[in-house]
Amino acid sequence: MSSVEEISNPVVENLEEDGLEEENTVEEAEMEYEGPVKGGYIFYRDRKEWADLEPVPQDDGPNPVVKIAYSEKFTDVFDMFRALLKNDEKSERAFALTAEAIELNAANYTVWHYRRVLLQALDKDLREEMKYITAIIEDQPKNYQVWHHRRMVVEWLNDPSEELQFVAEILSQDAKNYHAWQHRQWVMQEYKLWDGELEYVEELLEEDVRNNSAWNQRHFVISHTSGYSAILEREVQYTLKQIKKAPHNESAWNYLNGILQDGGLSSYPGLLEQVTELQDTCSSPYLTAFLVDLYEDALETNSSSYDQQETLNKALELCKLLAEEKDTIRREYWNYVSRSLQNTYGSGDPVSSSSDPPPPSSSQQPDTEPSDP
Amino acid sequence: ITGVNDRYPQIRHLDSNKMILHIFLRPTLLREQHYHYLKKGLRHLSDAYECLDASRPWLCYWILHSLELLEEPVPAAVASDVCQFLARCQSPTGGFGGGPSQHAHLAPTYAAVNALCILGTEEAYKVINREKLLDFLYSVKQPDGSFVMHVGGEVDVRSAYCAASVASLTNIITPTLFDGTHNWILSCQNWEGGLGGVPGLEAHGGYTFCGTAALVILGKEHMLDLKALLRWVTSRQMRFEGGFQGRCNKLVDGCYSFWQAGLLPLLHRALFKEGDSTLSMSSWMFERKALQEYILLCCQNPGGGLLDKPGKSRDFYHTCYCLSGLSIAQHFGNKDLHNELILGRDENRLAPTHPVYNICPEKVARAIEHFHRLPVPVQTGPTLSAMDQS
Repeated sequence: MSSVEEISNPVVENLEEDGLEEENTVEEAEMEYEGPVKGGYIFYRDRKEWADLEPVPQDDGPNPVVKIAYSEKFTDVFDMFRALLKNDEKSERAFALTAEAIELNAANYTVWHYRRVLLQALDKDLREEMKYITAIIEDQPKNYQVWHHRRMVVEWLNDPSEELQFVAEILSQDAKNYHAWQHRQWVMQEYKLWDGELEYVEELLEEDVRNNSAWNQRHFVISHTSGYSAILEREVQYTLKQIKKAPHNESAWNYLNGILQDGGLSSYPGLLEQVTELQDTCSSPYLTAFLVDLYEDALETNSSSYDQQETLNKALELCKLLAEEKDTIRREYWNYVSRSLQNTYGSGDPVSSSSDPPPPSSSQQPDTEPSDP
Repeated sequence: ITGVNDRYPQIRHLDSNKMILHIFLRPTLLREQHYHYLKKGLRHLSDAYECLDASRPWLCYWILHSLELLEEPVPAAVASDVCQFLARCQSPTGGFGGGPSQHAHLAPTYAAVNALCILGTEEAYKVINREKLLDFLYSVKQPDGSFVMHVGGEVDVRSAYCAASVASLTNIITPTLFDGTHNWILSCQNWEGGLGGVPGLEAHGGYTFCGTAALVILGKEHMLDLKALLRWVTSRQMRFEGGFQGRCNKLVDGCYSFWQAGLLPLLHRALFKEGDSTLSMSSWMFERKALQEYILLCCQNPGGGLLDKPGKSRDFYHTCYCLSGLSIAQHFGNKDLHNELILGRDENRLAPTHPVYNICPEKVARAIEHFHRLPVPVQTGPTLSAMDQS
């Protein structure tokens, strides 16, 4: 499967449908095969070393659908690949062909699987394979198969020594590459390579305090090393410092919330004061939302440090401010939060949903499944 | 006009003629253009699609789903051709691969089953070898409850969704098939409230959708921290663009119109099942109008097809998910309690889509009804316990 700038699902690259790229002539010049045609590319079906193998055309059936207008080169390589697969051939030439097939479509997981089978069957030099996969990933860093392949080779070599530096190199080109972070976390956990990572994260946050992947990595490292109990204050102060530098940075606010969840926002000493102090210079919808979360926690824990009624009123007031003024795109959500708070902590009449007339029956809610499987 | 430019900086990409049309002629879904783009693509694709040569069932699903949202019928002959093609993509050991003779992989398996359910004919249902499909699912099941995407492949939460989707639609869920799966998915929910691809990773719209929808299928969605998830996903709608981003502090992308906005119907139902009496009776908890505006004004290619954001190329993936998101935004509720909010002309109305499977609800119902008349197969391939001799 190929992947796109966001790894959304299986994915797609930006396909230049109107304005196709030229045939890759650079590749042709690099080809150095013996053959009568000088500097030209020879199809596998015409190469004498492949004459014993009958190419296997793709079986799309008589009335194909989603039929791709493959280039001649693509067809030639994959027809030959199918022939190798059919015969289960395990040879050097098969190995070489997998590289050609990968270059034409690096998302073909069947080819990658076959290449791995050949790596083992032919006892290939895995250090060379590392060099190969390094180059491929540099070229196509948003592809699932290339990263998985690298992981397999690292496992076989049982050698993670190049990994952190390699991933850092890829992240220096795209600091949020999801595959890169996934690989990095895998290496760290598998081989217990935690040293220096917090420093690395801080470097990234220096470069871009809005890098949410870096904030996530911060959480990852701390969770898997010291844990948050002993160093919570340090983290709170670090985060508040970043907030002061960039008040409209949602990542920092989310992190602050995330690390204080377990202990409870309202029971953290001095937090309400510190955040309220920020209101003049660092006002943002995130600050207001944070206060709502804090008040909600006070209500939920029935904290004796807070007057319940006053806290509820403040929370409702802020929800209204967010819904009507500061964060109107989330109006539906903030109104729901208001109703929920009112319903759970309010005294008096139960709250019905928004401004709609009361439903005829109480079970009138959309059923998003026609029937439960 | 200045106001619109402020709200949509991307509109500067559109030429001024189009901008004026959009303001004065109400946002219009370019149905004809999208239809021709889809109709052509279902048969022929340029060599730019070589990179999707291992995803051809996806191309079938993206195009067929887009057509069903547009309420454009698929001629019987074409439908039959799709069935025969997907049959060629089916692996002898079960599941579907990205093309004829390719190894089975959960993603094209998901796509193929969905595409066949959209077609909904006896011929389509019969393509699926249920016994072998079950064997395939067991062959990719891991001891920790997760699934690899294909034999010898990578693990991430997409696989659980693909497995749960096809297994539930085709009625092949055995008592042990999803042992441990819900716990593994739950471990993907992180400090942000959303889900990452594997435990420890950043919360991401695509993976969050997959994990949540899988849990809904397994009946375990209540085990998520629903409030934290709700806060995370609602925060992903961009206040200026109106569309959704995939991750905090990243850019808007039309495809998240489905992956992210599609979570709201799932959460609505989950909260309702928990006894929440304060849910809205008229709307999902996101700004429906703003999302429709983003899709219609910023994500349409004038020649047909939809896209990520202005300046990007069209493709069938974005066409599918932008239209799916548009449908989600237009339709609240179900057949009994339905609230439609169609931005622009009535002709912009799309068919509703099922937020778990992302095919039309009637097709889900028909498939489930068909396959539930058949017995759950018995696993015949190697058993997990045989492979996991630890």
